[in-house]
Amino acid sequence: MEIAAAVSAGERSALEVVDEHLDLIAQRDPELHAFNLVTAESARAEAAAIDARVSAGEAVGPLAGVPLAVKDNMCTKGVPTTCSSKILEGWRPPYDATVVERLRQAGAVSVGKTNLDEFAMGSSTEHSAFGPTRNPHDPSRVPGGSSGGSAASVAAGFTPLGIGSDTGGSIRQPAAFCGVVGMKPTYGAVSRYGLIAFASSLDQIGPIAADVSGAAALFDVIAGHDPLDSTSIGDFAPTASAVLDEGVEGLRIGVVKELSGGPGGVPGLAVDVLARAAEAVEVLAAAGALVDEVSVPSSTLGLSAYYLVAPAEASSNLARYDGVRYGLRVDGPTSPEMTTATRTAGFGPEVKRRIMLGTYALSAGYYDAFYGKALKVRTMMLNDFARVYENFDVLVSPTTPTTAFELGTRTQDPLTMYVNDVCTIPSNLTGHPAISVPFGVGDDGMPVGVQVLAPALHDAQTFRVAAVLEAAS
Amino acid sequence: MSEPAPAAASETPVESALPEGWELIVGLEVHVELDTATKLFCGCVNRFGAEPNTNVCPTCLGLPGSLPVMNERAVEMAMILGRALGCRVNRSVMARKNYFYPDMPKDFQTTQYDQPTNSDGLLELADGFVVGIERAHIEEDTGKSVHVGGGGRINEAVYSLVDYNRAGVPLIEIVSRPDIRTIEHARNYVEELRAIVVATGVSDARMEEGSIRVDANVSVRLRGSSELRTRCEIKNINSLRSLGRAIEHEALRQIDLWTTGSGPQQQTRHWDEDAGRTTPGRSKEDAEDYRYFQEPDLVPLDPTPATITAIDEAMPPLPAARRAALRAATGAGVDAARLLVERGQDGLAMAAVAAGADGAKTVTRLVNDLAVDDWSKVEAESFAALVRMESSGELSASQAKQVLGDLVEAGGDPAAHAAARGFEVMDTTELESLLDQLIDDNPGEWSRYCGGDEGERKKMQGFFTGQIMKATRGQADGKVVAELLAKRSSS
Repeated sequence: MEIAAAVSAGERSALEVVDEHLDLIAQRDPELHAFNLVTAESARAEAAAIDARVSAGEAVGPLAGVPLAVKDNMCTKGVPTTCSSKILEGWRPPYDATVVERLRQAGAVSVGKTNLDEFAMGSSTEHSAFGPTRNPHDPSRVPGGSSGGSAASVAAGFTPLGIGSDTGGSIRQPAAFCGVVGMKPTYGAVSRYGLIAFASSLDQIGPIAADVSGAAALFDVIAGHDPLDSTSIGDFAPTASAVLDEGVEGLRIGVVKELSGGPGGVPGLAVDVLARAAEAVEVLAAAGALVDEVSVPSSTLGLSAYYLVAPAEASSNLARYDGVRYGLRVDGPTSPEMTTATRTAGFGPEVKRRIMLGTYALSAGYYDAFYGKALKVRTMMLNDFARVYENFDVLVSPTTPTTAFELGTRTQDPLTMYVNDVCTIPSNLTGHPAISVPFGVGDDGMPVGVQVLAPALHDAQTFRVAAVLEAAS
Repeated sequence: MSEPAPAAASETPVESALPEGWELIVGLEVHVELDTATKLFCGCVNRFGAEPNTNVCPTCLGLPGSLPVMNERAVEMAMILGRALGCRVNRSVMARKNYFYPDMPKDFQTTQYDQPTNSDGLLELADGFVVGIERAHIEEDTGKSVHVGGGGRINEAVYSLVDYNRAGVPLIEIVSRPDIRTIEHARNYVEELRAIVVATGVSDARMEEGSIRVDANVSVRLRGSSELRTRCEIKNINSLRSLGRAIEHEALRQIDLWTTGSGPQQQTRHWDEDAGRTTPGRSKEDAEDYRYFQEPDLVPLDPTPATITAIDEAMPPLPAARRAALRAATGAGVDAARLLVERGQDGLAMAAVAAGADGAKTVTRLVNDLAVDDWSKVEAESFAALVRMESSGELSASQAKQVLGDLVEAGGDPAAHAAARGFEVMDTTELESLLDQLIDDNPGEWSRYCGGDEGERKKMQGFFTGQIMKATRGQADGKVVAELLAKRSSS
């Protein structure tokens, strides 16, 4: 990264870089509300320490002095971590998430914790206990979600880099809405240790950046094995930055019919978004890729399966917020009444809705019809994609059905909100990597994102294709 | 899932504490805390009795963002115990059991559900009765609550304290099939399981520290029927004595309900040791729905056949085999064999017999006189020599006992200890004159010895033997005294 190179070479002061970005945040974040918390003091101290090391001739990391926005569902030692929920009021983690630790080692300077839909449950960052984040391209519109704060921070120029988490599209969808690059790695490529769980089998931390090379640099730092996460891949060596210039000549690229407005596919994809996606495919073909249409029938079932698996796991993951040990406690005459009062006051409506959905899906007598069936769909999708990847290296689709919508227009009807994730969810259910890269704008002038999907462990491939699209847009 | 093991169905014993015509059905769920260095999913020390909340970390406190990492040694111990119980070791997965309790940090317990590590084993009791093992699975322990005020019940307490040191300690839950028919066998089952746990080294299995805990599933039926009637699960059983009392009380309670009405409700009941009765807990209607599902934060456990072979090859001799070997070598009875194997003195006994000691005497001496914690100085060779000295009459029983005490204290040569104590074989003529004197001094006792029934005769034999022992400071051989008495009375 440019900033890191300049800081490492002693050409720029990390402190100056951080101060410039803090100034920007101070000017415009009151309007956008990308951040739940700006940690200006510790950011300046870290930047000064990097400058001191550069002066002393010591080596600094590959992201030295680069301002970073961390989604507020990742643990930061001694710094409030809220998940944008009242239930974690006052809680300061006694430890750092592995990703936070790795980024610090790499020299990145965290300037604060970014807003999200409460516990990452949402697609607009409107479901935050601390108020919504607004889209820097048009503050009357949402930034997407749930990593809306990190995406908005990058889009507004507050930070060149942002960290998000993606359970059903929570990195890619806000990246598309905000006109930035967002990538969900292969499940297990990045440690989840310290990421506050929403749906453990789907959650994955990933990079958000203004450009593909920034996202690749960030990915290369955060990916890799972590013994603290049992689902972490044993010998994953990230190589995204190394393949950005390789082009797509000879690459076999499939256009997923069901996610591209084809008959029998997912409904509700906007014409302007589909047009940009089609243009992106033409760009790739012109660059020498072998492009063909391909059918992945089960991809249409993703949304229903997701809204059983994710709430089911969430209902278990969020059980610990009971008022006994940390966070909010609303007193009651007995222990169960205390817990009920705490949860009633502490959780927002969307979180409550998903806990109830998930509890129901796992209940005795309903498991087979709901959760069990969703697991079968997951297996089916894995088989479907495995078959497709015998003939294709990557797949493309739009990232989202539409461009960013106006605040307040979808919060009343959960189903219209859930449909936002229809193109991104399959990669979470299969555990495969996928990236969203900006490609032109819609009829409303708002950014459009194109998604590139790859099979497990081929994360670098998504960056490689995204780099070609970025160059052409 | 729970058909009785074929071996158990053979000879059905009867529980005599129950009214005529009723049969007792018991299945036991035993939790054993594994003796690992660290907890099941984190690096915290696994130790009983530490200052509250000192052995804790983000993972065992269930803090947001923390993740479990499986303790490989715990998995290995689980498989060792499984194989010792004759179980099949399966590809297994961890599952979440969702329920709420303040001492459970995550408000779910990480355990195993439909894919346990071990299944379908057998446990043979000391008397040969076989109990089927349904499964032996891995799970984590919870923290420990102390409810202050309000009779110690959570909802009436003034306040509650929670110690999370125990949270995340590895447990194996061993679930028996409902094969047990008597209280005695229920106790024997726990004793035998405990012996296996200790022999395999997976736990110290101290009931008083809670490192082995027992729940009993109890039901009753009319003898001759093969139905399984409504059962109740009895919790809070803290000793073998409680186990017997709780089962008996619960069975009688159920029989009463069947006799006077439509029988018990399926429910969890709490054993109240002081009141000597069970009190109702949750009933089936308001039983929790645990919403089990596979733990997404952990990967399946899939041991290779080579791993299981290695476990089998390294398996130490198990109590049943050790008892059988001991009985074959020494002629020890069922109880003596059980006791000596439990104490770990079977090796000493076998070695003594191999060195020429009499089997019966060896067993008697060990059972009666080696009930000590530390007998490490008693070597097989010298113990064998001691038994030989007793058999040949060189030492009387009471002298042998004293010399054994010397061996426990200091080890060494029994002959040297005997000499140091001045033990010599007593001249029979010396004993005879002593006895004559005693008979003269105690004519009443002597006539009761000569003219009394069997019991009286025994009592008086004890009297005279005691007097002689007193006079000889224990150097006389009681058997010789008995012979002399018999000879004198018949002459």
